[in-house]
Amino acid sequence: MSYLVISELQKHYDSYHALRGINLNIKEGEFIVFVGPSGCGKSTLLRTIAGLESSSGGTIELDGKDITEVASSKRDLAMVFQSYALYPHMTVADNLSFALRLAKVPDAEIQEKVRSVSASLQLDPLLDRKPKELSGGQRQRVAIGRAIVRQPKVFLFDEPLSNLDAALRVQMRLELARLHKKLGTTMVYVTHDQIEAMTLADRVVILNAGQIEQVGTPLELYRQPNSRFVAEFIGTPKMNLIPVDNFAVQGDQLSLNLLDSSLSFPANRLAGPLPKAIVMGIRPEHLSLVEENGDFTGRVELVEHLGSEAYAHIQLGNNQTIILKASARSTLQDGDLVHIKVDSSEVILFNESDRVISVIAEEAGND
Amino acid sequence: MTLNQQRKLKTLITGLFAWLVALLLFFPIFWMFITSFKTELQAISVPPSLFFEPTLDNFKVVQDRSDYLLHAMNSVITSFGSTIIALIIAVPAAYSMAFFPGKRTKDILLWMLSTKMLPAVGVLVPIYILFRNNGLLDSRIGLIIIFTLMNLPIIIWMLFSYFKDLPKEILEAARMDGASPWGEVVKVVLPLSVGGIASTGLLSIILCWNEAFWSLNLTASNAAPLTAMIASYSSPEGLFWAKLSAASTLACAPIIVFGWFCQKQLVQGLTFGAVK
Amino acid sequence: MKRSITRLLMAPSVIMLLVWMIVPLSMTIYFSTIRYNLLYPGQNNFVGLMNFEFFITDPGFITAVANTLILLLSALIITVVLGVMLSALIDKPFFGRGIVRVLLISPFFIMPTVNALIWKNMMMNPVYGIFAWISQSLGLQPIDWLGTYPLMSVIIMVSWQWLPFAILVFVTALQSQDTEQKEAAQMDGATGWHIFRYLTIPHLARPIAVVVMIETIFLLAVFAEIFVSTGGGPGYASTNLAYLIYNQALLQYDVGVASAGGLFAVLLANIVAFFLIRAVGKNLTV
Repeated sequence: MSYLVISELQKHYDSYHALRGINLNIKEGEFIVFVGPSGCGKSTLLRTIAGLESSSGGTIELDGKDITEVASSKRDLAMVFQSYALYPHMTVADNLSFALRLAKVPDAEIQEKVRSVSASLQLDPLLDRKPKELSGGQRQRVAIGRAIVRQPKVFLFDEPLSNLDAALRVQMRLELARLHKKLGTTMVYVTHDQIEAMTLADRVVILNAGQIEQVGTPLELYRQPNSRFVAEFIGTPKMNLIPVDNFAVQGDQLSLNLLDSSLSFPANRLAGPLPKAIVMGIRPEHLSLVEENGDFTGRVELVEHLGSEAYAHIQLGNNQTIILKASARSTLQDGDLVHIKVDSSEVILFNESDRVISVIAEEAGND
Repeated sequence: MTLNQQRKLKTLITGLFAWLVALLLFFPIFWMFITSFKTELQAISVPPSLFFEPTLDNFKVVQDRSDYLLHAMNSVITSFGSTIIALIIAVPAAYSMAFFPGKRTKDILLWMLSTKMLPAVGVLVPIYILFRNNGLLDSRIGLIIIFTLMNLPIIIWMLFSYFKDLPKEILEAARMDGASPWGEVVKVVLPLSVGGIASTGLLSIILCWNEAFWSLNLTASNAAPLTAMIASYSSPEGLFWAKLSAASTLACAPIIVFGWFCQKQLVQGLTFGAVK
Repeated sequence: MKRSITRLLMAPSVIMLLVWMIVPLSMTIYFSTIRYNLLYPGQNNFVGLMNFEFFITDPGFITAVANTLILLLSALIITVVLGVMLSALIDKPFFGRGIVRVLLISPFFIMPTVNALIWKNMMMNPVYGIFAWISQSLGLQPIDWLGTYPLMSVIIMVSWQWLPFAILVFVTALQSQDTEQKEAAQMDGATGWHIFRYLTIPHLARPIAVVVMIETIFLLAVFAEIFVSTGGGPGYASTNLAYLIYNQALLQYDVGVASAGGLFAVLLANIVAFFLIRAVGKNLTV
């Protein structure tokens, strides 16, 4: 059942359209992550849900009630800000209890709630300190605690981990995932970090230029992007894209000619009519090195060793560089001539308007 | 010389030079203070006498002659009174301009500042006549009204720049926590801008205390603050330097001590939104 | 929040300032067009622009306008230049910096009347003053500052008063200067002068604009220093516009001419303000 329903939401600043008709249904208890490049509208969307920005059109419903015109103080949402936004003139305990005191909750209950939250977030020794005496990670935990203590209907997170160092970020990411499991509350999370998106989300919402590009589970987005934008945005290193010179249907195969070689692709994996032009997409892990009979040949430009794996940047005949995931023990040297095999079952095809025109192999088989 | 020694020498030279300039600039005040403890004869001796037996006679004369305490009281009441009133009027205006700016906010702010550009002499006569007709001449109330209006634009401007610099996310957090607009002001904005409001008030108090034009022209004996009292020493007593110095010392001492005390606050406060 | 509430919050300030501006100004405009001398009551007939003519042809008029501008510009240059240098000087820690800072800003707390009295008598007096004593000790002829260089004397007093204000603002601004930026410049081979010239001065651009603006407001209206020290003299040598108008109104009781002069001062202030507020307005973050 939908819990937070966003319909046709618009946001204009003078002539600039930050949100262009957003439609989204969020279920109760879901962990939803908004990702997208900077300026895509993800923060604006979150702030509009929070009521910190007024909408220019469309509606937001929460738990069956239209909250579009409700003041943010009355929406029963809690938000964790990028800068944490702790009240610098209050102690940690006062920061945690501020909302409850405003709501005139009885003292005993406030104390009980603050105690349980501070225990679960290991804030007990910090309760009497002011925010400026805390480290970044501690501030972050107070900010989260301040949100939890209110038991809101939805948690909103605005890039909460971006001010932390790498190690702490990983740790807090885990804590957030654990928290979500424990509380089961709906969470809406904005980030530009796709690893956060992939690891935390039940469903990821990819935004681009004020519109939703695609919504899906992390794996769906990775394997079944529906546009070149999503395909390139998700996955590190990026998906390789190679333009196809020409193509033709031969029986039940689509043959693709590119880079002096020819690949065949099952025609039943093609959705819709034949396009005018095709770009082939293939992720680095779906390319492999072979001794001979490869689909392409190229010269190694650079090898990045990451310890658990290595990425080889290979220059092809048309001067395009593609990235290939190699084993950690790869002995590739710069300048080596290599043969590359494409796992054609993982190939994704895009048409001239950057939409995906192929379906993944399993689904094609099921038809 | 090692790098460390070079640095130390540089710091030493900078320090000595700064001390020299500071002492030079402070000298007139120091001299006024010293002279107030001299006899009239010592005060005008050439070469100037540095070592003498200090006397408090001058201060007694000043109090007897011009009722120092009355004028000091006038100064305190008018500067603090007008500053408090101006702050009460200015805080809501600055708050609304900083947090809910409209298209015309900048114009309104600049217009307010431009009223400060109206030279007092340009409106002295009408104000004098208005005051005379309404019985405000030589009254503390009258002076408070003038001081309030006089400093209002600068006070609004300073407060505006403080409010503008408050981290917006903290206010949004308060809003999300369920604070009403009023609660947001009382529980978050004001506590966070105590420093800014204090230094704004300080500047206003200093400007009022030292205001001379209106004090000289609108007050006589009853409501005259210390600036006006001192002016009365300018010609006839001009030759009695020790008494003049005593009166001056008495007039400036409260605000100097006050200023020294709040110096840190002032140094941190006078940004006028000019510091990023 | 609703538009109406924000208006309500601003209303007291706006209304008070509007009244403060319009009522006296319209009265001044009215007075400036009638004959209005307190010595000849009852003869308040309309005279058109005669008061303006009278004021502008006053022998002191040109001098007063020139003096006003000279005073403004000299004091601005002195306080801003010295203010920047001194605040940069005390930006780095040294022995007793706190006390030096207190000493430097103290003159700002001295009221203009006292300021003028100290300088006029104890510093600049040609017989008993400190300056005279220094000249004599050096074997020079003592200078009668107020008699010989009256305008310069006033400029010295006013600058002494406002230099601390500039220092206060600049010290505050320097505290926010990025030290990493300075260190980066040092690594790039910048000397102290380079850092001052290419980093500190640009960093101070906005504070300088602010100081210029606030000081202009006060410097155009310098009155007490002249009133107490030189009395505008000798002749009109240290009379500025403010003092000339005061002279008309309260010493010659001619309200009509004084009002015309007042309007002229308003006009001058507006000309200065026009350029100034435009320049500073750009630097305001609104």
